[in-house]
Amino acid sequence: MYGKGIIKGLGVTLKHFVDTYLDDIQWWGRRYYKTGGIAHRSSKDTRGIFTVQYPEEKLPVPEEFRYVPFLVYDEGADGKKEVRCTSCGICAKVCPPQCIWIVRSNDPQTGRPVPEPTEFYIDADICMNCGFCAEYCPFDAIIMDHDYEIASYQRNVFNMQKLLKPASYYRSIRPLNYQRNDEERKAKEAAKAAKAEASAS
Amino acid sequence: MTTLVETETLDLAARFPGSAAVDTRPGYSGWIVNKDRLVEVATALRDEFGYDLLSHVTGVDYFPDKMEVVYNAYKTTGGPGVLFKVQVPRLDPIEVPSVTPIWPGAEFQEREIWDLYGIKFTNHPDLRRILMWEGFEGHPLRKDWHEPFYEEDFKPLKSRWPDGKYVSAEDKNPYKDNLQFPQNFDPAKVTLDGEAPLYDTLQKYTTVDAGIKTDHIIVNMGPQHPSTHGVFRAAVVLDGETIVSLKPVMGYLHRNHEKIGERNTFLQNMPYTDRLDYFNSMSNNWGYSLAVEKLMNIKVAERAEYLRVIMAELSRIQNHLILIGMLLNDLGAYFTPALYAFEERELILDIFEATSGTRMMCNYHRFGGVSRDLPEGVLEKIRGLVEDRLPRKADEFDRLLTENEIFISRMKGVKVIDGEDAIKYSVTGPVLRAAGIPYDVRRAQPYGIYDRFDFDVALRHGGDLYDNYLIRLDEIRQSIRILQQAVKQIPDGPINSQKPQYQVRVPAGEAYGRIEAPKGELGYYVISTGKPNPWRYHVRAPSFMNITALEKMCVGKKIADFVVILGVLDIVLGELDR
Amino acid sequence: MTDNKELNSPGYEIPEDLQHAVSITTIDRLYNWGRRWSVWPMMFGLACCAIEMIAAQAARYDLARFGMEVMRPSPRQSDLMIVAGTVTKKMIPAIVRLYNQMPEPKYVIAMGACASGGGPFKEGYNVVAGVDKFVPVDVYIPGCPPTPQALTAGLMKLQEKIDKESIRKVRWYQKGADSVELPIPVLGPDLMDPRRYNEIRVLAAKPAEPATESKA
Repeated sequence: MYGKGIIKGLGVTLKHFVDTYLDDIQWWGRRYYKTGGIAHRSSKDTRGIFTVQYPEEKLPVPEEFRYVPFLVYDEGADGKKEVRCTSCGICAKVCPPQCIWIVRSNDPQTGRPVPEPTEFYIDADICMNCGFCAEYCPFDAIIMDHDYEIASYQRNVFNMQKLLKPASYYRSIRPLNYQRNDEERKAKEAAKAAKAEASAS
Repeated sequence: MTTLVETETLDLAARFPGSAAVDTRPGYSGWIVNKDRLVEVATALRDEFGYDLLSHVTGVDYFPDKMEVVYNAYKTTGGPGVLFKVQVPRLDPIEVPSVTPIWPGAEFQEREIWDLYGIKFTNHPDLRRILMWEGFEGHPLRKDWHEPFYEEDFKPLKSRWPDGKYVSAEDKNPYKDNLQFPQNFDPAKVTLDGEAPLYDTLQKYTTVDAGIKTDHIIVNMGPQHPSTHGVFRAAVVLDGETIVSLKPVMGYLHRNHEKIGERNTFLQNMPYTDRLDYFNSMSNNWGYSLAVEKLMNIKVAERAEYLRVIMAELSRIQNHLILIGMLLNDLGAYFTPALYAFEERELILDIFEATSGTRMMCNYHRFGGVSRDLPEGVLEKIRGLVEDRLPRKADEFDRLLTENEIFISRMKGVKVIDGEDAIKYSVTGPVLRAAGIPYDVRRAQPYGIYDRFDFDVALRHGGDLYDNYLIRLDEIRQSIRILQQAVKQIPDGPINSQKPQYQVRVPAGEAYGRIEAPKGELGYYVISTGKPNPWRYHVRAPSFMNITALEKMCVGKKIADFVVILGVLDIVLGELDR
Repeated sequence: MTDNKELNSPGYEIPEDLQHAVSITTIDRLYNWGRRWSVWPMMFGLACCAIEMIAAQAARYDLARFGMEVMRPSPRQSDLMIVAGTVTKKMIPAIVRLYNQMPEPKYVIAMGACASGGGPFKEGYNVVAGVDKFVPVDVYIPGCPPTPQALTAGLMKLQEKIDKESIRKVRWYQKGADSVELPIPVLGPDLMDPRRYNEIRVLAAKPAEPATESKA
């Protein structure tokens, strides 16, 4: 029969339409603006309305999500910012579009390099969010951020002041990575201490 | 399952004594052919030895002494290919005979080589610039040609560290912009009309029929046109609604991948490959890592092989879903099928995002493995998708569209291309298979671990638009089959056989890595000199090759069919223009 | 609804017993409110970012909630040009022409790193280092590519900008030409901006300097 195929297709659309109400009823009161509801709407069993009502509700980003990088500092005992970066330059070397500029600091007396950057720039209008800088940083000093709501009215060149964020922020966005890095660091320090002790005795 | 063995070793030197010699440079393979007998050799390769599919042609600039043109041909029956080269001294004018009469698929590639390297192809039917505009100064891929923002030959750049005070590239350029002009240039005196050569090549006509004078009409579709899938442009000559002549115009998204790629280190190219075919970054990564792994001669970790297959096949599924959805958009079914397709795509992108960190630009492969393992729960998610959701989706599309009478009357019988022509024009991928040629790199020359999976090469015989639609559904189903096996078999273990390192050592030589990307054969031709940066980095982009046959496909059809043909060709401009 | 609240806060106290019945607003607020919820973008994609723009229009992110679902393929009917992708020298004449064809009020969003400042392809010979060199950009969205949610955040930023405008001061109700007409760049040996012809002539006449590594 001519038209059977069209009717069959319309059946699919109708099913989608009905599913909207079925799923709304099934998940009554839990479907929107709730963590569980968002998870349901991104699962394989979701039917009906697929929309996430950004900005009222936000799709949670996974831990590995990467946007523009930032620099991590540890909060020292007296509130001093202890920047993790040692200005080794690996991130600047590995960066594919070369959007990182680092000024290494030198000791004013001896002229020898000091493990801390004087300045650190990232041109966010060049950065391709590839994550190499964070991946190959040996000190976990540069981390890919989760904050994507950074639209602005001008071009974006981030300097060190803008880039620095506390380690607690790092822990809040990437708990698993933070924990793993922290353990590695502690193990390394313990090994170093043990070695120092051994050589001292 | 078939295993392909190298059945014959080709001896060109015996067939063409004195005109063909084995390429003996360390790390190189193939043949060096005398320029004067190139056409003869190419004809023999096609007709006597059976290498009917010209995979790619590209130039290499061995600064300062010679230029080389590299040809790579395969058999559509499968197996390894043959690489042959022509060397010419690096003195203008550089001339090489064109192989377009033998393999029409070389037409655009030779134009590209002329554009980027300045090698003239004698006997070429239409040698114009292709990616840059007519009148552009210089041939950019030559090693001694520098762009306005040029800083150094190789990355990493010295101005970034240790004294990396931020100075924008504009501030270093005299024009304070990405510009350079010849000495004593006066812009007011430019009179060149860059469009004229294009319009000259179009076939025009005037007829007087029964006292009525009819004239041609030239329509420019694009570069900003909703049906051209990006910034593609076609100059079309119409007789009423019928296409008389058509010339694709491209380069509107020419982002200089290859020039930038030759400055990058090997690893730095990985995220750039994401941006070629931006629907399928997972597949793009694979082709490139395959080529470099060949050069480095390393094995890939077992678990990583499975992860690569899983990601590439998921990528293929979402690519074909979008294709079908957008195809219906082109046909006039405004957005409903596209919206249905985007739901599953989002679910697949969720998996990419959780694993690699971004939805589209995954940057997932590393030489010897992949960058990250699957996080907790993601394998379950993939399992749920491939066992349940995606098969349902394929069936739903079947119900929604396959029997729709309007759809069928638009699609059935509108021939895209037949098998014989498709091979001539180097068309690969689903378009070739819809025309009845069972050529799929996953089977023809298996890479990765595809020889372990049980799947069929999807095949249709009509070669019309409808078959091109059906084959996409077939391929989705076959990909689901592969995924179901891969998800069951995936072993535990390390995800990379190498230590994480940002500076890889790549021995000198050349390598061609090719995969079956969702759009066709995607290949990377990489030359290393043993330095941290590739000497040559060429992408054999399936969209670019497939578009060579566009004129052949469209002439004689209606303008509305052109839109649909472009839709099933599945071009992506990032890859087409590079 | 939040938007009604925004509409109904003109800075005057309304007696409590009249609050359910009376609403006071200003013309500006009404004008901007009407415009901010009906920004029609042009169906105009250049590269990778365009796919995320389509994804933002599709089922999951659904820009229809912002009144922005009507993607117009014609510049004559659109208010907003989302420059989604790498702007190349070959393409920029077309982009400027499209911009000229858009009626006022018109806005431009530079979506992603490439449109904002050249992005990872900035060093390329065929790439324009930021679309703002040719057309005025209202909002820049960093990211490569910005996720659909980031794009939505950028669009909300644009809405904030629209909110701050006043009907008495907007340029399209001022005297003079009702639309800004930009000169269209020309493709010569390199990209030539007609506004800069003199400058180019002067600079090209200078003797060629040896390429210096400026280490400022």
